[in-house]
Amino acid sequence: MSFVPGQPVTAVVQRVEIQKLCQGENLILGFSIGGGIDQDPGQNPFSEDKSDKGIYVTRITPGGPAESAGLKMGDKIMQVNGWDMTMVTHDQARKKLTKKREDVVRLLITRKSLEEAVKHSKGSHPSHLPAQTNARTTKDRVVL
Amino acid sequence: MDNESTYSGYSYKSSHSRTSRKNRERRDRHRLKNRDGSIRGDKSVMIQAPGEPLLDPESTIPDDRDDNWGETTTVVTGTSVDSISNEDLTRISKDLEDSLPPDCRRYISPVLGAILGLISAITPLAFLALPQLLWRDTLDHCGTPCEGLYISLAFKLLILLMSTWALFLRPSRATLPRFFVFRCLLLALVFLFVASYWLFYGVRVLEPRETDYRGIVGYAASLVDALLFIQYLALVLLEVRHLRPAFCLKVIRTADGVSRFYNVGHLSIQRAGVWVLDQYYSDFPVYNPALLNLPKSILTKKMSSFKVYNLEEENTNNSTGQSRAMIAAAARRRDNSHNEYYYEEAEVERRLRKRRARLVVAVEEAFTHIKRHQDDDTPTSSPKHPREVMDPREAAQAIFAPMARAMQKYLRATRQQSYHTMESIINHLQFCITHNMTPKAFLERYLSPGPTLQYLDNNRGRQWTLVSEEAVTASLRQGQVFCLKRLDFALVVKVMPLPFLRLAEEFIDPKSHKFVMKLQSETSV
Repeated sequence: MSFVPGQPVTAVVQRVEIQKLCQGENLILGFSIGGGIDQDPGQNPFSEDKSDKGIYVTRITPGGPAESAGLKMGDKIMQVNGWDMTMVTHDQARKKLTKKREDVVRLLITRKSLEEAVKHSKGSHPSHLPAQTNARTTKDRVVL
Repeated sequence: MDNESTYSGYSYKSSHSRTSRKNRERRDRHRLKNRDGSIRGDKSVMIQAPGEPLLDPESTIPDDRDDNWGETTTVVTGTSVDSISNEDLTRISKDLEDSLPPDCRRYISPVLGAILGLISAITPLAFLALPQLLWRDTLDHCGTPCEGLYISLAFKLLILLMSTWALFLRPSRATLPRFFVFRCLLLALVFLFVASYWLFYGVRVLEPRETDYRGIVGYAASLVDALLFIQYLALVLLEVRHLRPAFCLKVIRTADGVSRFYNVGHLSIQRAGVWVLDQYYSDFPVYNPALLNLPKSILTKKMSSFKVYNLEEENTNNSTGQSRAMIAAAARRRDNSHNEYYYEEAEVERRLRKRRARLVVAVEEAFTHIKRHQDDDTPTSSPKHPREVMDPREAAQAIFAPMARAMQKYLRATRQQSYHTMESIINHLQFCITHNMTPKAFLERYLSPGPTLQYLDNNRGRQWTLVSEEAVTASLRQGQVFCLKRLDFALVVKVMPLPFLRLAEEFIDPKSHKFVMKLQSETSV
């Protein structure tokens, strides 16, 4: 999850597709984000490396679209609809997620347990895939 | 007859020592004087025939002399009013000493200084005038250069006189126990100086009747220059040297522990004492002996458990053994007096606050009864209700009545009643009314004890004793301690040096003040 500046970032990511829910005149996704390059990374409770300025999921509304899509608290968002989220300010991240014209966001998220699971599965069975939830999720190694 | 004469005087005084009686009497008299302006204590303490010893059995004082006079009392009441006893003599001389004393020692130094100053001011003029008077015909004529020197001489003399007036012609406010070293040094220097100039003048000018007048004028001008320089030296030694702070003096009053810290420069102990006393009169709150001790009810509880009978004929072993036993027993016994002290203090504090509140309300109300009379009010008010116009004194007396009782109770509660008489309160009220002060401004004098200077009457000098282990003309050093004693308390002064300061420099570029946000915001999407 940490990166060395100048070197490509390697991470195990999961694709999550969330349908925006229409609540009144807002389209909400049902989670909260924290982090950004203009924020203080030391206060992030979910990051392993306290200098990681990426965007993290800090809260999930129970019963919301994000929960049903399989998003978990503590996930780091790497891409939103193709836009990179590893080097953005907090406000830019918010804007990318809350575009009014889009009603679906496709996120690439990473979490520690994914790495472990890949290592585990590599160790035990080379091509074992974990159980799926009802959203489409695939595990990919992404090189950014 | 016997009873009459025994109790008509202060016969209770017989059992106490003379000096404490004298002090108490003076304090009593002072208190009584404050209360109603008349000296009531003096009337009965007279008399003995002047110059005769007290125990003279053949004195001719008539009948109402006490029979056991020789054994118990040393003061006798009699009918003659213009002869004084020994004690009265000492009392009166002490009074004289307290008020401005016609004491020779006090005036020696200023008189000497004045004489020397006068002589040294006249000397240049004498130097100029004597040749003109004595051998005018043989003098060389000197025109313009001399006139230039005359002008410079005149101005320098004028400046010398003005600065002498400004610096040295001030009434001294203290008499020091020993010589003031710098002043003596300077007087000696001036004397030597002027004497040597006169000597030279006498030998080289007057004797051979010198004809070079310009040289004489130059000589007189050089004398005035030298006098100006001596005055500069005097300024530096007497006035400037002690201005730069070098020591910190801690002054504690022994009676109640009030302390202050002062910064002084290099002074001798006696000068430092005078300086401290100057500050004492305006900084320290007035010494109130009534506020000092724990109430008797708390202290005597300790004593009352053990009755000690001290018999005259017991030997020393017994007495020390008994006192040791008593101390041990007292230490073992559980001591609850702190508890009582705590509650008593809380109670006193509460009572005091209540009385203070009553006083403030009474004064505020009293002040609303009165208003400054404006001149343009008269046409409207005079036809209906002619208000009588009062001057400040009458106005003060008029509004004093409603607040008198509250004021008296408050003063009694804070034990200040000996410092404020009814007369002084009315005077202060008059003062406040005249200057348009609010009730709060009027009360500031009574709500907190002011500096001692506020309660002094200025025509009496103050007698202090300087107690020191080193010579009082020695200059201040670290760790010295000296005392300034008065009759019932003392001021202990401790000298501490001020620390040496190392001041370092650090340059901050104004462009280096930059900030970053330190927050973690959370947005719901």
